[in-house]
Amino acid sequence: MNLDYTDAQKTFRDEVRAFLDAKLPERLTDAGRKGRALTKDDHEEWHAILNEKGWLAGSWPEEFGGAGWDAVQRHIFEDETTARGAPRIVPFGVAMLGPVLMKFGSKAQQDHYLPRILDGTDWWCQGYSEPGAGSDLASLRTEAVRDGDHYIVNGQKTWTTLGQYANWIFCLVRTSKEGKPQKGISFLLIDMNSPGVEVRPIVLLDGTAEVNEVWFSDVRVPVENLVGEENKGWTYAKYLLTHERTNIAGVGFANAGLANLKRIARAERAGGRPLIENPHFAARVARVEIDLMAMATTNLRVVSAAAAGNAPGAESSMLKIKGTVIRQEINHLTRSAIGPYAMPFQSEAVEGDNAGAIGPDYGARASGQYFNNRKLSIYGGSNEVQRTIIAKSMLEL
Amino acid sequence: MNFELSDEARMLQDGLRRFLRETYDAKTRNAAAEAPQGFPRAVWDGLAEMGVIGALFTEDQGGFGGTGFDIALVFEELGRAGAVDPMLDTGVLCGGLLAELGDTEAVEGVIAGGTQLALAHGEPGARYDSSTAETAAARDGDAWRLTGRKAVVVNAAAAEAFLVTARTDAGLGLFRVEAAALDFRPYPLNGGGTAAELALDAAPATLLAEEAGAILARAEARATLAICAEALGLMEAIRGLTADYLKTRKQFGQPIGKFQVLQHRMADMLIEIEQARSAVINLAGNLDGPDRDLHVAATKNLIGEVARLVVEESIQMHGGIGMTMEYDLGHLAKRLTMVDHRFGDALHHLERFIALRAA
Repeated sequence: MNLDYTDAQKTFRDEVRAFLDAKLPERLTDAGRKGRALTKDDHEEWHAILNEKGWLAGSWPEEFGGAGWDAVQRHIFEDETTARGAPRIVPFGVAMLGPVLMKFGSKAQQDHYLPRILDGTDWWCQGYSEPGAGSDLASLRTEAVRDGDHYIVNGQKTWTTLGQYANWIFCLVRTSKEGKPQKGISFLLIDMNSPGVEVRPIVLLDGTAEVNEVWFSDVRVPVENLVGEENKGWTYAKYLLTHERTNIAGVGFANAGLANLKRIARAERAGGRPLIENPHFAARVARVEIDLMAMATTNLRVVSAAAAGNAPGAESSMLKIKGTVIRQEINHLTRSAIGPYAMPFQSEAVEGDNAGAIGPDYGARASGQYFNNRKLSIYGGSNEVQRTIIAKSMLEL
Repeated sequence: MNFELSDEARMLQDGLRRFLRETYDAKTRNAAAEAPQGFPRAVWDGLAEMGVIGALFTEDQGGFGGTGFDIALVFEELGRAGAVDPMLDTGVLCGGLLAELGDTEAVEGVIAGGTQLALAHGEPGARYDSSTAETAAARDGDAWRLTGRKAVVVNAAAAEAFLVTARTDAGLGLFRVEAAALDFRPYPLNGGGTAAELALDAAPATLLAEEAGAILARAEARATLAICAEALGLMEAIRGLTADYLKTRKQFGQPIGKFQVLQHRMADMLIEIEQARSAVINLAGNLDGPDRDLHVAATKNLIGEVARLVVEESIQMHGGIGMTMEYDLGHLAKRLTMVDHRFGDALHHLERFIALRAA
C-alpha cells in the first residue's frame, strides 16, 4: 500500500495549480467564499476559460473535444479547483448529457450537440423529476405521443436546477404505459424555446430561486430529438446517473467549507476569546474534520478503483451519504458560529457583493447556505434511497 | 403533583388556539412580511383584545397571570401557529422590564396593545454574553446621552421607543430612547419579523434605572422560557405536518409512512419533542425559584438540540417540497432554527450549565 500520488499525477497537479494561478478570476472565487450566487455570465466566463485550455470536459475522450482524463486526474482537478473556490462546472451538459450522447446518441446528434456544449452555445437543464416522482423516478407521467414525425409532449417537470438559464432540456418522458413502468420511458431532447414550454421559478428557504417547474403543453418535438431507441430511456437515464455520481463525495467542497468555518471561528469571539478556542465548539469542528479526513480516503480508494477500470457501485451511495452529512454539519457549525447575526434574512447579499451585509460580511450567507444545503441529502436519490441501495447490493438484504 | 392546566388556563389556550387558527395563515403571514412593521397588526389587536398580553403580567402589574406556566401556554400557541408578532419583544422583554420598574402606566399601554417597544441590549461582537455592554451613558444636565452600537434589535420597525442598555457609574443602566430620535434602517429576519442595527451618537435618553443587571437577567430568563415554549409549539406544528405528509405522499407504490425507517425516525422525533415539553415545564416551574439559571441553561440547550433534529428530519422526510417557501413547513422550520440564535445557543447554555453545576 502506498498513499502517494505517482510522479505523473504530481506533475499534473502542478499543472492544474499553475493554470488556476494564471486564469482563475478572483472575482469568481470571492463570490464563492462569501456565498454570492453566481450569475449565468459568471458560469459562462469560467466555462470559456476552461474550454480554451481544453479542460471543460475533463472526462470526455479527446475525439469529442475532451481532455481524456482518468478518474485520478479528474479527482485532482476537482480537488484543486474546489479548494480554490472556483465555480463548479455546471454538470447538465458536460457531465450528464454529453456522456449519454457519446454512448447512445446518433452520429448526427453527437456532431451537432457536443461542440455546442463546449463552446457555450447551449445551456442544458435536466428534466427528470416530477411532482409525485422524486426518488421513485420510474413513476413519472410526462407523456410524449407520436404524431407523424413529431412527439407531442404534455406534463410537468420539477426541481429543474438553473432551468431559467437553459435553452435546451433533456427529458425522460413516457411513451408507453405497457409493462413495467421502467419499460415505457424515452429520452428526449427539447428546445426550451418551443411553443408550449413554460418555466416557473420555485422560491427556496434561502430566498433564491435556483430551481424551477417546467410545464409542457402540446409541445411539438421532432422525432430526430429522440436519443437511442423509443422506450429504452431508462437504460440511458441510469447510465447518466452513474456519471452524475462522480465527485459525489464533494471532498473539495467540504474542505473549502471547513477552511471557511475555521476562518470564521477564528474571527468570532465568544466569552472573551476566539470561538475556535472554545473547547466545545472546537470539539465539534475537530469531529467533523476527522470524519472528513477518513471520507477523503474512502473517496480516493473508490477513485483509484475506478481509474483501474472498476465502475463504482454502491460505494457511490456510501460516499453520497457520508459526504452530504459532513457538508451539512459544516454548514450547521458555520451558521452557529455567526451567532445573532445568523438572524437577518439577507437574500440580497446573494445577488450583490455583500457591501451592505448586516453583521460581518463573511456571515451574510451562513443561514442561507445552511437552509439551501438541506437539499444535499434529498436530491440525486435521497439518502434514504442510497441506504436501501447499500442494503440491497452490499448486504444482499 | 398535577400537570393539568387549570380551567382558566385551558379556556385561554382553547380561545387562543381557535383565534390563531381562524385568523392566521400563510397568506396573512406573507402579507405581514411585506408590511413595514413586519407583522399583521390586526392579529396583534385581536390578541390584545382577548387579553393575551395581560396573561404575561401579574394582577399587581395590571394583568391576570404572569407565572411561568402562563407565559409557556401563550407562547406554545403562538409557536403552533408560526406567528410572527412581537409578543416576546414588546410583551415579555420590554413590558416585563417596565413592570419591574413599577411603571404601571406604560405597562397598561403594552397590555392594551397600543404600544410597540424593542429592547436594544446586544452589541456587535458580544455574541450571547448579555452581561457586557460597551455603549456608554453620559449625563447631560438633567438628561442623558448614549453613545455606542446595538445589534439585531428585534421589532425595530414597529417600535415607538427602544429600551437601551448602557454603562453608567452604577453599572449596567437601562434607558428609553425614542425611535424618532434615531436614524436606522430595519431589515427582515429569517423566520419573520424585523430588526435593525442602531448607531447611537450622543442620542438623547431618559433614565429608567442606573443599575438594571438583576431585572435584565430576570427579563431574559422569562424571555428564554417564552422562546423555548414557542419552539415547542413550532415543533408540534411541524410534527403534525410531517405525519400528515407521510400518510399522503406515495413513493414506490405506497405511502412513504409505510416505510419502517421513516416510522422509527418519526418515533424518535416524537420522543425528543416530549423531552422538549418536559424541559419547558421544568423551566416554567422554576422561573421564580433559586435554580432559575440552571433550568434556563438546561432548557435552552435541550431545545436547541431538539430543534435542530426536528428541522432537519422534517425537511428531509418531506423531500424537495420541504425546501420551498410556498409550503408552510419552510416558515416553521426557519423560525424554529432561529430560536437557537436568541438568548444563547445550545453550546452557550451547555457551558453555562457546566459552570453552574460546578459552582
